[in-house]
Amino acid sequence: MLYFSVPLGKLVRRVSRLRGGGSALPGLVVEKIDPGFMRRTLSTLPLGVAVVSGTNGKTTTTKMVVELLESQGLKVFTNRTGSNFTRGVAAALLGEVDWRGRLDADVAVLELDEAHAVHFVNKVPPRYSLLLNVLRDQLDRFGEIDKTAELLQHIASKTTGTVVLNREDPRVARIAQTLDGPEVLYFGLDDSLLSTFPNDDEMRAAPGSPVPPAPARPAADVVLRRVGADDADFEYDGATVTTPMLLRGVYNIFNAAAALTLARGVSGARGTGTDHAGLLTALSKVAPAFGRGESLVVDGLPLELVLVKNPSGFRLGLKSFPAAGYATMIAINDNYADGRDMSWLWDVEFDTLRDGGVDQLTGSRAYDMALRLQYDDVAIGAVDTEIAPALAAFIRGGQGKPKRIFCTYTAMLAIRRELSKITTVEVVS
Amino acid sequence: MTPRSPETPHELSFGHELPPEDSAAPSKGTIRVLQLYPRDMNIYGDWGNALVLAQRLRWHGYTPELLEYNVGDQFPADVDLIIGGGGQDSGQLVIQDDLLSRESTLKQLAEDGTPMLVICGLYQLFGKFFKTRLGSVLPGIGILDVETHGTDERLIGNVTVASPEFGSILGYENHSGQTTLGPGVEPLGTTAKGTGNNSTDGQEGARYRNIVASYLHGSLLPKNPALADFLITTAVERKYGSFTPGTPDDSYAVLAREHAARRPR
Repeated sequence: MLYFSVPLGKLVRRVSRLRGGGSALPGLVVEKIDPGFMRRTLSTLPLGVAVVSGTNGKTTTTKMVVELLESQGLKVFTNRTGSNFTRGVAAALLGEVDWRGRLDADVAVLELDEAHAVHFVNKVPPRYSLLLNVLRDQLDRFGEIDKTAELLQHIASKTTGTVVLNREDPRVARIAQTLDGPEVLYFGLDDSLLSTFPNDDEMRAAPGSPVPPAPARPAADVVLRRVGADDADFEYDGATVTTPMLLRGVYNIFNAAAALTLARGVSGARGTGTDHAGLLTALSKVAPAFGRGESLVVDGLPLELVLVKNPSGFRLGLKSFPAAGYATMIAINDNYADGRDMSWLWDVEFDTLRDGGVDQLTGSRAYDMALRLQYDDVAIGAVDTEIAPALAAFIRGGQGKPKRIFCTYTAMLAIRRELSKITTVEVVS
Repeated sequence: MTPRSPETPHELSFGHELPPEDSAAPSKGTIRVLQLYPRDMNIYGDWGNALVLAQRLRWHGYTPELLEYNVGDQFPADVDLIIGGGGQDSGQLVIQDDLLSRESTLKQLAEDGTPMLVICGLYQLFGKFFKTRLGSVLPGIGILDVETHGTDERLIGNVTVASPEFGSILGYENHSGQTTLGPGVEPLGTTAKGTGNNSTDGQEGARYRNIVASYLHGSLLPKNPALADFLITTAVERKYGSFTPGTPDDSYAVLAREHAARRPR
């Protein structure tokens, strides 16, 4: 049975591709007939498996880790297509292994949804894990953020080598206390940047309310010291380096510190030394993952897509991409992948949009967004729940200004589909 | 993340603030709105309820004064309207003792007819007790004749409630505690979509004197201006004898309600 599982899985993959089907079916088939396939294949990798999880920034961070490790001459297997669940990993593996089931790679870097990561690490204990943050996202799926923190804690506990933790997110940093096996490395922020990264507990801290004493923070392997318009300062190995950055947005660049910490750990484990200049060059060239502040050109004017999926992400997006000089559209859907609960919009303040207003609102919950803006005294141009006509109107208008669209996940997919009809967009299925 | 430095309490780049007041008309009066435990009980957009009350007070011609009460604070005097939100289990544990120490103050305010809105976690703790799945009993402050039992079942999704007082109420629920009402309270309404208080009797929320208690967030008040105006009217009438409404523009609220009502559970 085992002998046939890989050829059979690959065959199913081919057939399902021909039929235009999704990426999960071949993974499902191989999981059913050969439950040990994933563990067996991944255990042959000389540098093991690294799992990236957390609420925000998994896709961009995973992309960065892959590119950083590739700069060190490593062959990296990753689940690039956004199949961030166990079956998706199995399906991606099937695409990469030869007909005898061998994977030609040094290390696997896998982006995994918090809940799916738990199933994955039970099957394949990773050598490395990188845990980014626990923010209020998808609460209607996982229940509560403390529950999400427990999921990440489980991933850390199954890690055999090194756990990389966000020093500035108390729910993540706290995980270190529960570990006695793996080494713990932190990535951190300069004190001057802390206020730009509120956690959910702090969002409602008010003037005059008692501030608990700051806990002693452990030393971090990599610290983000400064974020400039198109560069950033990182401190590691006792020195601060400045590097140009293509990535936009403070939160993306903080995740670059996370990626750098993990890449340094993996690369250092080879024992052949790390090419530090190569790492920095790779870091400076990382482009945003789709919808994470990527910039397209439509009618000769820049159009930026900023994915927003939870209050902290929306706040950071508004802060990272100032509204002045831009035409703004907001697209809010409430499909399952977006989260059905609209409460999160009320945890974001839109005062930074007050001066210029918002030109266009769209998405299945466009009127929830309109109501939200009304209560923050932000002027609204037009509202249309249908995305295609709203996008067309937004592109037609805009008074020759560059454009920016804040959008939830499925709204972003719909907008990209529409944009691909008029400009070149990387299409992600 | 590390708490902000106490020396710079106003550098709250992400703290919520009311938009600046831009009306030149003389105020008809000031209403003091107290948020209960916004630091620990604020998980599902509870700020939205505070913001809606404050802005609608302005639109009706009154001046809102937003106050906060957190664990260990002095309880403010002359409060006209009280709102409280939901929290995670950990947040409920943090406020538990402090809330019990405020039982007599809050009871007095409730019995005097102070309008209050309590959502989810504070709805439960305004009741008699919360019994966890494992059988331990967290005492509530007993203002509401309700009791809550923890379950393994999480009730999640869009909700429409038919309320005899307020018409249809739209919101979103996400809770695993199930609440049953005693004879001392009335339900806020019956569920037309969604579950509400518990998975058996089709009731949602509770009404007692001028208290509205509910599991619904979304946030609750923005899409339910009738509820917001009930709380405001009651607060103003108690303080000034009569209420003269302004003319808030609720056209977005009407459309948001129409679209929300058509969305799946």
